Amino acid sequence: MKKRVISAVLAATMVCSLFAGCGGSGSKGGETADADTFRIGGIGPVTGAAAIYGSAVRNAEQIAVDEINAAGGINGYQVSLKFEDDEHDAEKSVNAYNSLKDWGMQILAGTVTTTPCIAVADKTSADGMFEITPSASSTDVIKNDNVFQVCFTDPNQGSASAKYISDKGLGSKIGIIYDSSDVYSSGIYAKFKEEAASLGLEIVSESAFTADSNTDFSVQLQDAKDAGADLMFLPFYYQQAAIVLKQAKDMGFAPAFFGVDGMDGILTLENFDTSLAEGVMLLTPFAADAADEKTQAFVKKYNEEYGETPNQFAADAYDAIYIIKAAAEAANVTPDMSVEEIGTALKGAMPSVSYDGLTGSGMKWEATGEVNKEPKGVVIENGVYVSID
Amino acid sequence: MSFIMYLINGISLGSVYAIIALGYTMVYGIAKMLNFAHGDVIMIGSYISFVTFSQMGLGPVPAVVISIVVCTALGMIIERVAYKPLRKAVSPLAVLITAIGVSYLLQNVALLVFGANPVSYVSMIAVPPLKLAGGELTITGITVITIVLCLVIMGVLMVFIKKTKAGQAMLAVSEDKDAAQLMGVNVNGTIALTFAIGSGLAAIAGILLCSAYPTLTPYTGAMPGIKAFTAAVFGGIGSIPGALVGGILLGVIEILGRAYISSQLSDAIVFAVLIIVLLVKPTGILGKPIFEKV
Repeated sequence: MKKRVISAVLAATMVCSLFAGCGGSGSKGGETADADTFRIGGIGPVTGAAAIYGSAVRNAEQIAVDEINAAGGINGYQVSLKFEDDEHDAEKSVNAYNSLKDWGMQILAGTVTTTPCIAVADKTSADGMFEITPSASSTDVIKNDNVFQVCFTDPNQGSASAKYISDKGLGSKIGIIYDSSDVYSSGIYAKFKEEAASLGLEIVSESAFTADSNTDFSVQLQDAKDAGADLMFLPFYYQQAAIVLKQAKDMGFAPAFFGVDGMDGILTLENFDTSLAEGVMLLTPFAADAADEKTQAFVKKYNEEYGETPNQFAADAYDAIYIIKAAAEAANVTPDMSVEEIGTALKGAMPSVSYDGLTGSGMKWEATGEVNKEPKGVVIENGVYVSID
Repeated sequence: MSFIMYLINGISLGSVYAIIALGYTMVYGIAKMLNFAHGDVIMIGSYISFVTFSQMGLGPVPAVVISIVVCTALGMIIERVAYKPLRKAVSPLAVLITAIGVSYLLQNVALLVFGANPVSYVSMIAVPPLKLAGGELTITGITVITIVLCLVIMGVLMVFIKKTKAGQAMLAVSEDKDAAQLMGVNVNGTIALTFAIGSGLAAIAGILLCSAYPTLTPYTGAMPGIKAFTAAVFGGIGSIPGALVGGILLGVIEILGRAYISSQLSDAIVFAVLIIVLLVKPTGILGKPIFEKV
């Protein structure tokens, strides 16, 4: 009997732990069933290994929606937001999409990560729903004409990085490490390599890692060191970049380091020795310590509500909601229209929208869904971003 | 010169695998179960040392001691609550599934307590790097410490099992649980002790792992756990020297494969070698063949 009790308690604990992660994924927004509110859905990983991105997006979308509601809503209608967790999993993402549709979602501000987004984009396309992703950067995401991006596409980042390095003369012998198990990283790598060849940059070392072997980079760094690389291009996320920087220092290898937007966040990595990142350059659309009023207000508000400094995913998401607002006002849509009517109207309006946001000023969109904005190069000096230009 | 560097890095990585593999192999040898939560105990150990050393500002010695104590207690609690009641279960699968459940439980609890954001682990081992061959070869302090510590732990453990009463009891239980019980050995106590030692070692492994590869997340223990389990099978599961041999071979193959064959295929190479070894010698390199007694 005693054993039964213990195992029952244990089973209960486990079940609880499964649900515990989902606790925060519900929305704070009202869930009233009237036709006078726009229903915007969000999908992203709020639990699991990619949770940092999804929760940043969820928080920032909520801030933007609250602001819009306080200022009178979109076209005079209030907005309600519901955010579902997908754990960075394509199947769960489609499930989340379906449950948001049951809730009555009219516009999707998501999804956050690329692989699930490709799956969901096929669904929104079939339903004619307007979708804008803050951060899924693969070109596969926007192959349907109803999907728009706030962030750069991967190839865009690759070619922009190569151009930047060549224009500024940052390095002549380039070493590359990339994550071959990640479409984001390998997409940037492929385009960078192509662009570097046409610009005459010499690539002396290229090596890969995978999600299952992303803690040890000694081999890749040794290879680059032996090849005499003077600039390392690191098109992947900051969690791994932090290890690369530490291991390079330990082995006495000190080239210049150049990252892309995934490198953003390295300074907010808890307990990270920022001296390791000294001199690291990266292309990022958003710097939390930028001096402009818009960024400052957003960072302050985010800090007050969630107790941390927002990363670029949060900024992309905040912009995404305001871009929806701009497009909805341009197309003059109302909540009583059907999902398909809203979708058609919004995607028709997008190419004419010009938006000044946190992640770029004068952002414009191609009808294909790709965004046009200027990449910003920053260098880390004394633990803060400083513009290179 | 690069080759020597790769070899040393491989041995260092392999030493961490070996210390983790000890936890798997001892528990398997004595309780005949695969403790899949072992990798996550490593992660908990790393977090405890992170909190005590980096956040509370305790010295390295108290931080390591607290981490070992917490992990030891955690290992014993997991054994008592989740595994012991199932020891007499009809299907041996029950306890295996429970172990996977405990693994997820630990990961999700860590996710709740410590959050999903990775933290940067600051190494508490301040040993200057060794420069050989006129500065061409730089061996980091942590590499040296890891290899030395691994050998010391192995040595102490072997002596413990050969020379002490508790060690002899472990050996007896691993040979034949029922006969050991008839001879007056406290089987439950011995299994609990095994979990305690394995989990204490997990804390050390966690600290070494995160000192060398300094990003810590609730999923940090998962992949090294699987690799170390492979190392244990590789060397012959149930055999303590086997864990050492398997761990170091695995680390060296992984690094050399990455360096000279393909940086993308290193894991595939590791597991291909495992398959070949098991085909040639099904009990692993140092494993003893088991004869079914009728």
